[in-house]
Amino acid sequence: MAFEGLADRLQGTIKKITGKGKVSEQDVKEMTREVRLALLEADVNFKVVKDLIKRIKERAIGQEVLQGLNPGQQVIKVVKEELTDLMGGEQSKIAVASKPPTVIMMVGLQGAGKTTTTGKLANHLRKKFNRNPMLVAADVYRPAAINQLETLGKQLDMPVFSKGTEANPVDIAKEAIEQAKEEHKDYVIIDTAGRLHIDEGLMDELHNIKEAVNPDEIFLVVDSMTGQDAVNVAQSFDEQLDISGVVLTKLDGDTRGGAALSIRAVTGKPIKFAGMGEKLDQLEAFHPDRMASRILGMGDVLSLIEKAETEVDEKKAKEMEQKMRDMSFTFEDFLEQMEQVRNMGPLDDLMSMMPGANKMKGMKNMQLDEKQIDHVEAIIQSMTKQERVDPSVINASRKKRIAKGSGTSVSQVNRLLKQFNEMKKMMKQMMGGKKGKKKGGLNFPFM
Amino acid sequence: MGFFKKLKDKISSQTDQVTDKFKDGMAKTRDSFTTKVNDLVARYRKVDEEFFEELEEILISADVGVETVMTLIEELEMEVKRRNIQETEEVKEVISEKLVEIYYDGDDESIEKLNLNEDGLSVILTVGVNGVGKTTTIGKLAHRLKEEGKTVLLAAGDTFRAGAIDQLEVWGERAGIDVIKHSEGSDPAAVIYDGIQAAKSRGADVLICDTAGRLQNKVNLMNELAKVKKVISREIDGAPHETLLVLDATTGQNALSQAKTFKEATDVSGIVLTKLDGTARGGIVLAIRNELDIPVKFVGLGEKMEDLQPFDAHQFVYGLFGDLMVEPSDE
Repeated sequence: MAFEGLADRLQGTIKKITGKGKVSEQDVKEMTREVRLALLEADVNFKVVKDLIKRIKERAIGQEVLQGLNPGQQVIKVVKEELTDLMGGEQSKIAVASKPPTVIMMVGLQGAGKTTTTGKLANHLRKKFNRNPMLVAADVYRPAAINQLETLGKQLDMPVFSKGTEANPVDIAKEAIEQAKEEHKDYVIIDTAGRLHIDEGLMDELHNIKEAVNPDEIFLVVDSMTGQDAVNVAQSFDEQLDISGVVLTKLDGDTRGGAALSIRAVTGKPIKFAGMGEKLDQLEAFHPDRMASRILGMGDVLSLIEKAETEVDEKKAKEMEQKMRDMSFTFEDFLEQMEQVRNMGPLDDLMSMMPGANKMKGMKNMQLDEKQIDHVEAIIQSMTKQERVDPSVINASRKKRIAKGSGTSVSQVNRLLKQFNEMKKMMKQMMGGKKGKKKGGLNFPFM
Repeated sequence: MGFFKKLKDKISSQTDQVTDKFKDGMAKTRDSFTTKVNDLVARYRKVDEEFFEELEEILISADVGVETVMTLIEELEMEVKRRNIQETEEVKEVISEKLVEIYYDGDDESIEKLNLNEDGLSVILTVGVNGVGKTTTIGKLAHRLKEEGKTVLLAAGDTFRAGAIDQLEVWGERAGIDVIKHSEGSDPAAVIYDGIQAAKSRGADVLICDTAGRLQNKVNLMNELAKVKKVISREIDGAPHETLLVLDATTGQNALSQAKTFKEATDVSGIVLTKLDGTARGGIVLAIRNELDIPVKFVGLGEKMEDLQPFDAHQFVYGLFGDLMVEPSDE
């Protein structure tokens, strides 16, 4: 797409410099120009960019960059450090009121994803902290907004407080809290109406709700695709309501999310969570350092490494490698490995986290179809123990049985068997050539 | 005849009501934009490099794509040299002239018209990412078409998001239009197929199909959309007559990626720019038209039924530069 990462952008300039041996002020100027464009293309607010560039220039000209062996890398490093600084540390804590219930108010523009985030946050509170939240439908304006929250409540099996579209949102919020007290709920999450932020009526209403219920947290929900306007949005909500944190939504898209930086820079409020998909469990703690990488277009290397570390059991990985070497790799192992990879999250996510993945030819349009993997899993699970260890026993009638058991067709079973054999052959080649060279552990080819 | 004068004549020939809607809707946008440009012009008497640098920032702050801004600035610098313009005051006119030029790029205003099948059923497919206002836009568009005397039918193709079908039904009720629906979680292609059959048997003029919002990098979901489109074209020759990409005016550079990917999947024929009544500039539509050649057909200027207006680049630029134009004619 049109977006080039900073690393790519700097390539040309770096080439020029590495040939010269000395970096002039002009070079620094050229490099910061590229940095500026990269940030602007990532939707970082131009004022924020201006300040940043000024600081980067000062640091860069003040030798740091000039002395390095690879000035380009150093510029990226300086930029990344500045960005990470600006983003602040990780903060995904949620307040706990001394006297329950803890009240959280969700605010934001239309379509930012408030209602969905309300559901996700409730799920998060229950799953991570074993809390017992109640949802409040205070968006009485958007058609079917209450309906939407009620459906989410049903999916989560959580109570939703609503009084229809005729009631006053302030009253709804007040009554909800009374009811939450009676029912011993420890969290109340209020979903408010989204409007365009210039709307004074809405701001007054939000202000009134705030006065009435005195929330412990006010989360501003912002679409990560927001452009230059993010600054205005964040500023006006913060001025009016003194928000306590930000939730950035739709980060599973391919936006670079410069809005995050702008919001942070103008409000100084922490970004606490990131919405990473449409499912209710796809709310994650926000990692400022990774966001810095993403804005710069450097891929989310850190996330990937961390995911791989937590999910892949070292010992198992070693065993697996041994099996690959002596060709005793079976369907049983295959299944196990597939599950490990899956535990790391949706495959698309994994792919998109690899730096340069979208640059690789063929990779960009390659879609990892989760359904197909479901099928493969089903086929293997329909095999007997013996068949999994020694697939050569699988004859026509066994194939028929497996296909029936897994709800697939014989041709699909055939395809899997063929693929499995080819994989084994490939492993033999790979392992045979490098025997003894690699030291244990699972090595990703791209790292 | 100066460009501003031409633009002014053009606009005054249209009904005042529409112009006012546009003017009011874009008031915020225009205010900040014009103030900035005026401020810039006041501070720099001479047209120099720094002047252009600041101009660049103003344009970028309106979310006009980075690449488009660079091209624009380059062309401006050339033009200024060619015409030997010294005073910053004179540049103002060149700026708006160039903006309109970039938008039309040789085409005329007919690119903004909604393309409908005059004698038979027309199908309009709406697509877009989550939360841009697809369902609301459909409600407003249906109302508009009904006012024009057409019989309209809606198909509730967003079977994914909680409450989406209800939301469309509320809009349908408000506009007095029937909605064809299945239950939540059903196959969107099937809903739309049923919609087409119903529209055919009832002899409706226009069928507007809602779809679930999807981020453009979810290839499977994009494939689903391509399938929906295939179902429509299979049932009716030449349909969908319009595939409208609904775009949130607050969206930044990602809008380009959205337009590109949705165009690949569904051959988008036009854009509806929503939520333009905020402080958002929506400048990205210039970049989209410039780089991907997709015209804007409607803009959403408010929350009421009537607040969907046909797009007009002249109006758009007028919205951006309206106040600038008054000054020179006063002298």
